[in-house]
Amino acid sequence: MAVARYIKDEKDRILDVILESGIHVKPSYTPDDLNRIGFDYEKDVADPGQYPFTRGIHPLGYRSRAWTTRQYTGFGSPEETNERFKLMISHGQTGLNVAFDLPTQMGYDSDHPMSEGEVGRVGMAVDTLRDFEIAFKDIQMDKVGAGLTINAVASIVLAMYQAVGEKYGYDPKTISATPQNDILKEMVGRGAWIFPVEPAVKLIGDTIEYSMTVMPRTNPVSVCGYHIRESGATPSQEIAYAILIANAYIDNVLARGYDIDAFVGRFSFNLNVFGNMWEQVAKFRAARKLWARNLKEKYNVKNQQNLFLRGLFGGGGYGLTKAQPENNIMRGAYYALVAALSGAQTTALCSYDEAYTIPTPHSALLSLRTLQILMDETGLRDTVDPLAGSYFIETLTKEMENKIEEEMEKIEKYGGMIKAVSNGYIQKLVARQAYEVEKGLETGELLKVGVNIYKEGESKEVELHEYNYESAERQIKALKQVKSRRSQRDVARTLKELETVTKEGRNVMPCLVECCKAYVTLGEMTDIFRQEFSEFQEPALF
Amino acid sequence: MHEKIIKVLIAKPGLDGHDRGAKVVSQALKEAGMEVIYSGLHKTIDQIIHIAIQEDVDVIGLSIMTGAHIQIVEKLMKKMKEEDIFDKTVFVGGVIPTKDVSKLKELGVAGVFPGGTPLSETIEFIKNNVKKT
Repeated sequence: MAVARYIKDEKDRILDVILESGIHVKPSYTPDDLNRIGFDYEKDVADPGQYPFTRGIHPLGYRSRAWTTRQYTGFGSPEETNERFKLMISHGQTGLNVAFDLPTQMGYDSDHPMSEGEVGRVGMAVDTLRDFEIAFKDIQMDKVGAGLTINAVASIVLAMYQAVGEKYGYDPKTISATPQNDILKEMVGRGAWIFPVEPAVKLIGDTIEYSMTVMPRTNPVSVCGYHIRESGATPSQEIAYAILIANAYIDNVLARGYDIDAFVGRFSFNLNVFGNMWEQVAKFRAARKLWARNLKEKYNVKNQQNLFLRGLFGGGGYGLTKAQPENNIMRGAYYALVAALSGAQTTALCSYDEAYTIPTPHSALLSLRTLQILMDETGLRDTVDPLAGSYFIETLTKEMENKIEEEMEKIEKYGGMIKAVSNGYIQKLVARQAYEVEKGLETGELLKVGVNIYKEGESKEVELHEYNYESAERQIKALKQVKSRRSQRDVARTLKELETVTKEGRNVMPCLVECCKAYVTLGEMTDIFRQEFSEFQEPALF
Repeated sequence: MHEKIIKVLIAKPGLDGHDRGAKVVSQALKEAGMEVIYSGLHKTIDQIIHIAIQEDVDVIGLSIMTGAHIQIVEKLMKKMKEEDIFDKTVFVGGVIPTKDVSKLKELGVAGVFPGGTPLSETIEFIKNNVKKT
């Protein structure tokens, strides 16, 4: 079931509410509900900062530290990206979140035929270390962490981040990157996959293994229930799949003989905020609890801090509409409230014009201000987990927990996450649900302001971020220049080494760093992987 | 007399991987009685044309979310001309600003359905516009 249902009588009175995850909501909740679910404060909730962390991972929540705001930025050329970084930092943004263009995400250089028309379009173009040198110029890399929205080639981009850090004199131990690096969700939702499941997961294992010693402040994996939800998953499926995907990466590293406590504390999550507000808050509270329990009971994690579900709760892209685009500013404010009431450590909002295009500086700034107004003007830092103890929220949290566990069991029964993704089982399921949502919008079962209620005529156009053809040409020219100036001997040597290491199945990271330092292009490195691993074959869905 | 079943190729050209819309439309057209072939992700224009010829589809629907719709459609139309398959109806969906709709139609696109278009509108359009041969 993917559409929240409101059963009403002829006078528009609500008779029943069924949330997307399939939970019935009652007209009112009392202590009897807590008795019904066997509510036990210590066991189910506990104080903030105490296992199972339902109320949050820090005892003092936003009193000790407000959330990190991390609007998604990165446009066209590395120069433009650098400017935008500095602009957002000067406006009080506390972390960077780098968008890459599609050629970069798919491992093609800017001069590849597949890249035509896409260079620098939805993010920054990256061909060689030169581009990172420009993008991160004068950024205090030991102070400001960078989210890197990159998956299939996350290993290469992380290597490049280390290389640029070293170039600017930072010890890799002091810099902090958060590459998204979640390939299984790309196969379910976002579609930026290259290699088949097995080698793709192995590359993620390589980044985790490598970061442990070389870049210990890096968060090598950001597991994204987010995009799975965007693709049609219910909130309970979003969390269930995210936990199982994280487990698949954990298993890869454990198989290399490491102790789980040595790496799992650096895992983070990226989760979505659109939909029914109560269901989302309950989802996040249940998610923290289930992740901690999963690590403690299934993996025997010893260190308390490693049980924390840390994450970016935000975005809400699917909730936004093309109709009456300015309404999205208000939607964003409510989504931000959901994130804050759920104890998000990090947040970001989709900007109001994203149903049209990538955000303009104006709309990105509005999103940032929305977050700042909420945190600094409305009292959200006053007390931790303010909804705790509500008969409704505590009941719903428990019911969400049960639903998430049911969804996890379904996948385990099917044969596990890797099989479910390889065979297209999850893809089929969420595509079907996405279709049901669309039908719900048409029948009016699902209400959306401006779309099927309170409609206006033609929407007024929003100011668009324009694609810059000249900047794409400049990027290609710069790539040619780098290629003509770099040492061909170093390129050949490091690439050969990468090929050998890839063939032998060893950790590719040290070699990738050497390649980056020799100005080997992202496309050249990816080609070695393509040649050794081949490409993912999308399972047929229809 | 039997009405010929309309055969549609829903294609994702280029590098963009956002396929929720393409999959939703595929299911809707299928449920409306059409035969639907979904190309899968990351297809080149040549690959799309090849599938269209191979499967002898009546309609090609492109889903484009990155903003590169003008270039992609220009390429597709050029190739369709070369292959002499102008009998096929082309429609485009995705993130398409209103100001680009007329430009796409000038290029030869029969219908443009930006995100948020009701499915019934797309279905009706195809039923009314497919070029019967």
